[in-house]
Amino acid sequence: MRLPIDTFRLPNGLFVTLSEDHTAPIVAVNLWYHVGSANERAGRTGFAHLFEHMLFQGSENVEANEHFELVQRAGGTLNGSTWLDRTNYFETVPSNQLALALWLEADRMGRLLPAMTQQKLDTQRDVVKNERRWSVDNQPYGTWWEKLPALAFPEQHPFHHSLIGSMEDLTAASLEDVAQFFATYYTPDNAVLSIAGDFNPDEARRLVTEYYGPIPRGTGRPPLPAMDLPPTFGEWRREVVPDAVMLPRLYLAFRSPVFGSDAYYHASVAGAILGMRRGSRLHRSLVRERQIAADATAFTFDLPKGSDLLVIDVTARPGIEADVLEREVAREVDAMRADGVTQAEVERAVALIETDFVASMQAAGERADKLSMFATYFGNPALVNEQVERYRQVAAAHVNAFVRERLGPDNRVSLLYVPREGDTEAEAAADFAAVET
Amino acid sequence: MSTTTAPARPLPGPSREYRFPAFERLTLPNGLSVVVAPVAKLPIVTTLALVDAGAVADPVGQEGVALITARALAEGTDRSDGAALAERFERLGAAMDTSADWDTASARMTVMASRLPEAMSLLAEVLRTPAFPEREVERIRQERLAELLQQRAEPRGLADDMFGRFAYAGDSRYAVPDGGTEATVGTLTRDAVHAFYRSRYAPGATTLIIVGDVTIDSARAIVSEAFESWSGPAVAPAQPSDQPSRVTPAVHLVAKADAPQSELRVGHVGVPRLHPDYFAIVVMNAILGGLFSSRINLNLREANAFTYGAFSSFDWRRGAGPFIVSTAVRSDVTDAALREIVVEIERMRAAEVTEAELSLATSYLDGVFPIRFESTTSIASALASLVAYGLPDDYFDRYRTNIRSITAADVLRVARAHVRPEQLQVVAVGDAEAIREPVARLDIGPVQVYDAEGNPLE
Repeated sequence: MRLPIDTFRLPNGLFVTLSEDHTAPIVAVNLWYHVGSANERAGRTGFAHLFEHMLFQGSENVEANEHFELVQRAGGTLNGSTWLDRTNYFETVPSNQLALALWLEADRMGRLLPAMTQQKLDTQRDVVKNERRWSVDNQPYGTWWEKLPALAFPEQHPFHHSLIGSMEDLTAASLEDVAQFFATYYTPDNAVLSIAGDFNPDEARRLVTEYYGPIPRGTGRPPLPAMDLPPTFGEWRREVVPDAVMLPRLYLAFRSPVFGSDAYYHASVAGAILGMRRGSRLHRSLVRERQIAADATAFTFDLPKGSDLLVIDVTARPGIEADVLEREVAREVDAMRADGVTQAEVERAVALIETDFVASMQAAGERADKLSMFATYFGNPALVNEQVERYRQVAAAHVNAFVRERLGPDNRVSLLYVPREGDTEAEAAADFAAVET
Repeated sequence: MSTTTAPARPLPGPSREYRFPAFERLTLPNGLSVVVAPVAKLPIVTTLALVDAGAVADPVGQEGVALITARALAEGTDRSDGAALAERFERLGAAMDTSADWDTASARMTVMASRLPEAMSLLAEVLRTPAFPEREVERIRQERLAELLQQRAEPRGLADDMFGRFAYAGDSRYAVPDGGTEATVGTLTRDAVHAFYRSRYAPGATTLIIVGDVTIDSARAIVSEAFESWSGPAVAPAQPSDQPSRVTPAVHLVAKADAPQSELRVGHVGVPRLHPDYFAIVVMNAILGGLFSSRINLNLREANAFTYGAFSSFDWRRGAGPFIVSTAVRSDVTDAALREIVVEIERMRAAEVTEAELSLATSYLDGVFPIRFESTTSIASALASLVAYGLPDDYFDRYRTNIRSITAADVLRVARAHVRPEQLQVVAVGDAEAIREPVARLDIGPVQVYDAEGNPLE
């Protein structure tokens, strides 16, 4: 599988990637702005995400919520998302509607502020507060999301604070913040535009040049504070979190090599050996054989700067105490360090990763997003075509070196969720057959 | 601070034709049906084995056995134990999952095309010779019980399950979650699982759907090799029972102390998938609560900021699945949000939708059609719906024309026929103490408070 890729840059700094595929009359437009929660100033946690909501509230030539309506009326799908270090906006539309999607994104990149009002900000602030209640406050284990980065990154580090934001900081956000954030970060030289699917490249270049060319370059984004971190935590940092949950759950995280580095692929394969699907170590041992866990997975955050995190996420079976869960997960990690992984385990992990990756590349929107990602992080969208090969080059010795260096007790942070007093339904738990451990 | 002059808003170009992927049907001598859709975009293949063994086939008192049976299929065969099976699939890079929903059980597998023959032979081993080892079935059962326990603290799943329980008559299969309850799963045995398998899993009750980088001829050869010696009993399709529990409105509050939001479900028993009003209902629902720009979402989210999102849906099943409006709202606006939901439901029945609303829904559903089928898994799922509901082979070729033919009069007619304010059941999972009085004042119907297991309180 090899995606065709073409790139160009407008004089105002906008970097554009194109990837044709004419198998269906579908085209995806995807914009990455190189700004996320990491760029928020003190006292404004959650602002990058609130700002993302404001981008759907219209621009000079688009009414509030008209962006959604126009794209859906055109037969398209759309959304946006905010992450620690980027914000993306995307549409997949019938190919004869490419111009509309490009025009809508250009209108809000070039002319957002005339449409901003206090009332729209107040409404979206309340919508986002409800999003926080829905995804964090009223969801079992929902706070792991902000507790884990808070524990894993030092207090002044850009990845330390909450992405969804505190209620207090959301309340404080003002229209001046919107104007300033827009002027600083939503500029063509801080964005990547990708187009994937059924389009004519000459036509696409013409449209991009016409719509985006006149938008002025920014004045440069302020530098982030130093991101680099030592390779390990130097300790095992633990937090016990009483929550409205029925079963204990452990999040165990390790500092790991940044996304895109050679060692990242070793870490990613180690994660898949530990926690990808039923043949993984944690599933085989803790779920199937010893029946300590109801579920076990592992994943990486894929952060390209500072430090990535490899995270193990394991939920206890009814009747298993939290401390037993933590001890037994640690024992599995220790055993992996002591004994090493085999080439067969590496091959299993790489085969599954390859299938997943190829399957995901079927969707134009997913292709466009990956092109934007590699262009934003590394200035090279063609890295998308090297991913499978980079995984295939991982050997057991690489994984074992990573595991020895990074999975030790000197490089761990853990969140251990335990049922809060009153949520522990002792009788309920007693209904379940106790499992001997 | 306008910085540049805007180019004019563009018009669409001529649209390019699209057809749902062509597929061919085959039947093996043993009765196994095969549907092959060659799609050569990328070198992968999705196989979906669909068996007429969904939750509606659960014997009374054994609700959940269809799900446990499906989940236990790959946990051991006559040749391999569960761990070895997982290893054999995954060494091929085959992502294989088994499950069951209301109408069917399924095994779904995506694999690189070059490894399809080996993976298909493994899939056949799992479907044809599962051993259901006692220990593994017991583990799968315990894992389902753990899910049910978790659900007591998870408001979304809890609200969905409680809605089914209160909307359907007690003896309807739809009153009990498709995966069963603690009471029914708690008494399931390995023998019950094995008996369910023997009575429902057979080549005549199974369709293999193969989509991706494969030709009809090679798919035929691969399937024949793996499945032609499979034999099994004739299986009659299961018939769901879908009677509503009551015909007058009622409010069911499920207590979750100090919840910052109320998880709301408002609706009633809907219509079966093969209903002649299907297309008009799909368009009507898009306008009511199916799209971001729907009446319910624009009202509850964009005008009132009660919620992060609100939507409505008809859950399509062989029997009459539920029609439900779903949202999660700040606790102190629970009554105001319920009032707006009822207003929107009634408004849908009061007058015709505008031309702008109708054209938004139909042009979206028409235009988005190709985007729904970009991947082998989504094409396989679409073909599975043809099989599960017995839709005609030209269903997808006629879909867009059928959608475009719906008028505002059709929308009003089906809203009046199939959205029934006089039968609304309301479920709210939330801070019952705080929301009870304000909700009672809405006068929707009698209010009863329950605990997280659905036992009435006080």
